[in-house]
Amino acid sequence: MMKRLRSLKFLFKDKLTSMASAILILFIFLAIFGPWVAPFPKEGKGTANVDNSYIGPGFKHLLGTDELGRDLLSRIIFGARPALFIALAVVGFAAVIGTLLGLIAGYRGGWIDSLIMRVSELFLSFPPLLLSLVAVTFLGPGLINALIALIISWWPWYARLIRVEASIVKSRPYVEISAAMGVPDRIIILRHILRNVTTPLIVQIAADLGTVILAAGSLAFIGLGAQPPAADWGLMVAQGRNLIFDQWWISTFSGMAIFLAVLAFNILGDALRDHFDPRIARQ
Amino acid sequence: MKILRNRLSSALLVLFGASFITFTLARVIPSDPSLAYIGPKATAAEAAKLRITLGLDQPIPVQYVKYLAQTFQGNWGYSLSTKQPILQEIRDRLPATLELIFFAMSFALIFGVALGVYAAKYRGKFQDSLIRILAIAGVSMPAFWLGLLLQMLFAGRLTWFPATGQFDIELKYDHPITKVTGFPLFDSMITGNYHATFNGLHHMILPALTLSAYSFGLLSRMARANLLEVMSQDYVKVARAYGLSERLIFFKLALRNALPPIVTVTGLSAAYLITGTFFVEQVYNWPGIGSFAVNALLSIDYPAIMGITLVAAIGYLLTNFIVDLIQSKIDPRVWMK
Repeated sequence: MMKRLRSLKFLFKDKLTSMASAILILFIFLAIFGPWVAPFPKEGKGTANVDNSYIGPGFKHLLGTDELGRDLLSRIIFGARPALFIALAVVGFAAVIGTLLGLIAGYRGGWIDSLIMRVSELFLSFPPLLLSLVAVTFLGPGLINALIALIISWWPWYARLIRVEASIVKSRPYVEISAAMGVPDRIIILRHILRNVTTPLIVQIAADLGTVILAAGSLAFIGLGAQPPAADWGLMVAQGRNLIFDQWWISTFSGMAIFLAVLAFNILGDALRDHFDPRIARQ
Repeated sequence: MKILRNRLSSALLVLFGASFITFTLARVIPSDPSLAYIGPKATAAEAAKLRITLGLDQPIPVQYVKYLAQTFQGNWGYSLSTKQPILQEIRDRLPATLELIFFAMSFALIFGVALGVYAAKYRGKFQDSLIRILAIAGVSMPAFWLGLLLQMLFAGRLTWFPATGQFDIELKYDHPITKVTGFPLFDSMITGNYHATFNGLHHMILPALTLSAYSFGLLSRMARANLLEVMSQDYVKVARAYGLSERLIFFKLALRNALPPIVTVTGLSAAYLITGTFFVEQVYNWPGIGSFAVNALLSIDYPAIMGITLVAAIGYLLTNFIVDLIQSKIDPRVWMK
């Protein structure tokens, strides 16, 4: 399984996938080194420079400036960090919580299985994103609360996915024999079951990273995510919303950053899925 | 019949669950709803009095049972911000949202399936890659951003379409819509008020296109993948060997058998449309539930939030139910589990 990951050639298998990889590498680079590569690091962080407000895209300010005269390119570069952070944190926590509960439910079965599954069904009875919206409203707007709200609605997907896989692996002869020989549950779960669920888990994580960025951007857009003066892409689209007919660049370029990040993650998610599961690969 | 009863009881259970989660979120989290009602300047005594009137001084389980009983009787409380009955607000605004969802879904189905079929036909060719890029862009685009871009381009620069609203404001005076079913666009059509119909359609195009992008992406990919899978099945090969025409094979055999997964994805994407309307209506000032919901969320209007959540959960359940029904009609192997 892990052997398949060792060669990363599949990330550059065709033009589209290579482009997506390049975009993602760029965003990761910006998330780490943003403060050093941004042309106006102070403005990127949030310092206003009102004399320069609403300068259109040009030589000095490649993507123009916003309401408070801050260089938009620098703001977008600073926005890469929270965007990638929220994607990794939400998917990471959701995957850990979901995997744990899914393993317990699938391996143990019985009442604990029904309990975990009923609870996850409850969380899934809301249309996508609605539960996060409601949760973040009552938690109070903010980046961390948005993150918690997204985890609340994301973990059940992982619990259900892992449960199905775990209950399939559980009834395989070699697992049953290990159990009969008295191997402790902990070892069986770690050695046999967890190892067998990694592939679907990785494919799901890859597919979700982009969706989480989209969801976090949506929360921020309606004002429930990161708050000013944070450099957050969704928030910046909202700040430019009423200026869209005249100072079009603010919302356009900020939203473009979300779009490109999500696009890159989605294309790479597809590539990863095809790589791991050649049966459903594009024909 | 028994299956139907099981479905209904599990649906009721889900609704209880959904209302319970929302209720818990609204009550356990410390933001005091009474503050939202009278504003931050109220004195402590005023706040305490209001808490008693709103029943917020009672234990939470008691509050929940009371809330359930009242909701069941059709008393959904009053919106804290508009001071109108929630049920009234929802009834007034739901039709505009449903009309928007209807058009978005139609766009997504027509373009999604057509382009998916087209891509399958030209698989591996230039057309195929182009449609693949379009589809993946559709699912990657934030609806609010696409909405703003279309607004800027087609309403601002080109002035081909109006930027906001469901109808022109003047329409109320020169061609008022007679209320029959409450669905404004539909009513204008059946009462022969074609001026209003055209005006409404004109306003519909940009928001519906924006809302449909995600579903379009899902559907076209799904249609293409399934069609290709079906085309590689043995019975298609046999049909070819018998010399049936390609056209017959394509429409009678392949498309028919690729249909069930397409229906499933249609249902799935309809669920996305429910929350999608929040953002699209916000951008286009659409007078529906979505914009009401966003305002309710931003002002912590908790009775309104609970009402909207309940309606959304019902809508979600209904969609799943309809999908299962259609599924069992077109695929005899499926009967509701």
